[in-house]
Amino acid sequence: MATKTGKSFIGRFGVHIAVLVFVVIWTIPTLGILVSSLRDKDQIVASGWWNSFANSSQSEAGRLPGASAQTQKDGKYVIEGNIFGDGPRREISAFGVKSSAPTQYKAGSVVDLNDGVTLQMNADGGFVLSSPKAFEGDRGQRVYFASSAPPKFTTDNYRTVLFSEGIGRSFMNSLTVTIPATVIPILIAAFAAYALAWMRFPGRALLIAVIIGLLVVPLQMSLIPLLRLYNGVGTFFGVPSKTYLGIWLAHTGFGLPFAIYLLRSYIAGLPREIMESARIDGASDFEIFVKIVLPLSFPVLASFAIFQFLWVWNDLLVAMVFLGTAPDQIVLTAKLNALLGSRGGNWEILTTSAFITIIVPLIVFFSLQRYFVRGLLAGSVKGG
Amino acid sequence: MAAQIFSAIFVIIIGVGGCIAYFWGANRLLDLILPSRGVSGAAAINNLRRQGYVRPWLFVGPALMILAVYLIYPVIATLWLSFFDRGGTSFVGLANYEWAAGDHDLRNSILNNILWLAVVPAACTFLGLVIAVLTDKIWWGTIAKSLIFLPLAISFVGASVIWKFIYEYRGEGQVQIGLLNAIIQYFGGQPQVWISLPFWNNFFLMVILIWIQTGFAMVILSSALRGIPEETLEAAVIDGANPFQIFWKIMVPQIWGTIAVVWTTITILVLKVFDIVLTMTNGQWNTQVLANLMFDWMFRGGGDFGRGATIAIIIMIAVIPIMVWNIRQANRETGGH
Repeated sequence: MATKTGKSFIGRFGVHIAVLVFVVIWTIPTLGILVSSLRDKDQIVASGWWNSFANSSQSEAGRLPGASAQTQKDGKYVIEGNIFGDGPRREISAFGVKSSAPTQYKAGSVVDLNDGVTLQMNADGGFVLSSPKAFEGDRGQRVYFASSAPPKFTTDNYRTVLFSEGIGRSFMNSLTVTIPATVIPILIAAFAAYALAWMRFPGRALLIAVIIGLLVVPLQMSLIPLLRLYNGVGTFFGVPSKTYLGIWLAHTGFGLPFAIYLLRSYIAGLPREIMESARIDGASDFEIFVKIVLPLSFPVLASFAIFQFLWVWNDLLVAMVFLGTAPDQIVLTAKLNALLGSRGGNWEILTTSAFITIIVPLIVFFSLQRYFVRGLLAGSVKGG
Repeated sequence: MAAQIFSAIFVIIIGVGGCIAYFWGANRLLDLILPSRGVSGAAAINNLRRQGYVRPWLFVGPALMILAVYLIYPVIATLWLSFFDRGGTSFVGLANYEWAAGDHDLRNSILNNILWLAVVPAACTFLGLVIAVLTDKIWWGTIAKSLIFLPLAISFVGASVIWKFIYEYRGEGQVQIGLLNAIIQYFGGQPQVWISLPFWNNFFLMVILIWIQTGFAMVILSSALRGIPEETLEAAVIDGANPFQIFWKIMVPQIWGTIAVVWTTITILVLKVFDIVLTMTNGQWNTQVLANLMFDWMFRGGGDFGRGATIAIIIMIAVIPIMVWNIRQANRETGGH
């Protein structure tokens, strides 16, 4: 008995550890871009983000001023100053004068270079180069040093990205695409779902089968004919073929099968008695739908709205086909993709932009998770 | 921009208002043409019956029209276009399919897609199931599930940036700012350029989709697990089954249907995977997949609609078995309704 409880204790402990490992693996990647987006851009490349709370150290190189900066002091020729000039000060731990040994000497030590020339470099960046003979030439002594800077967090990246990289504008574009594309399909789908659930008419079973079939038809099947159609309509009426109206309708069309499927399975599950008693009281289908079905279906309508919102907001393919890439049309996902090409190494831009693109879905997701999960369950577990 | 916001608001009002006006107006019109109130009994019954023929079509009409334009017509047109040349104007018979059979890129894409199909649905389902079982046993399981579920809300492009940052490579000896290379270097290994590593780079792209979709599998399977009757588990414990036996022999068989649904849903998603490949490699270093190749052909050099359509058809063919299975399932369930 004792061994059994012992085993289950280890077992339970193991479960906690295992779940913890999964949680860490699943959250670390997102945490990485969040932390990086708040770091100083020089520090992002100087150290990994997991070190962002430690001083970041980096190897630097600089050149001391040339002969024109020398002064005479106690019969010696001296060049003094601070290696950081007027810029931000960092702490120097070691320095050197050869690229092969950039951290040969500890900060603060006085180093004999050659012919009586000495160099002292302090932790604060101040240096003294002195020589018994006058310095010559404009090119000063080359120095190498290891510096470390305290952790620095900033919201500058957000300011840059929102206002000069065009992410702010794209954010508005994404909202412009997403909100109408979420709202429009709801009512259209709800009416169709009610008819398919509670009205009897020839062809109903076939329609349901078609909708379930369309549920899995890849988007790729629609792209080329619709692109041709849009181009044709654009040319015929002399209007641009890439418009917000075009993408609203496209997203409505692509979202409808799922909307109808989800709403129909919910509406079909509403109690029959309510419908029948309303009908006996003389209510028409329209009245039943508006006064009974619609209010009762609120949870599933919310589920669908969240789904459609996330799907449209996160979509890249439809936006790339049906919208232009000019600043007034490019959506966040497409903009982020473009930045990956043009700003490939600028992680301060990429991490910040990425975080801005995911923040809205995350908020929606966390605040409405209950509806999201319910929709997920209703949408994929057919019949339980 | 103000004009843009205004037009978006305008569209919402017009769209929703238009829908309301249509549904209300069409119903009203039907009641006026075929009145059922204020006429004699026989006429009222007759009109009610005729209304019953028309009204369903008023309800499904708008949805049907949009589906026809945006999904049904395009499916037929894509099939049609796959027999035409790049501009979609002259008939070329099976030329596009002959090209498809011999094209190196396309064969490569199909092989990669098969690799994705073999790994991603299995990995997501397995991990999702394991996490669902484990989190069910601990008090902070809900929080853990929320966090693992979270990537599902993130766009593929956003996820690609997130993971590109993890795979970031810097030359040997430099500070590694990519987590993966930093870990490798910490343990004395050689930093690698993960996304161009032959063959294995495909797996590094798959990790992104697995990271996103495991939460989906977990939620669905977790709810299925909760539907398993307690008694079967208790009986197994009394009979002395160990946790692994309970998992494989009692739990898994009872949720087999749900596992199939999760598996097929992710399979379809994998067949359409596009964003991740486009943003991570754009098909370079032998990571091309069908959906990205199709996008490429749609726009490459002004676009080749014939070949693009042919690639779409190939994706569609892969989906058809699942589609048939879904329709059959649904028919069986709604058969009595």
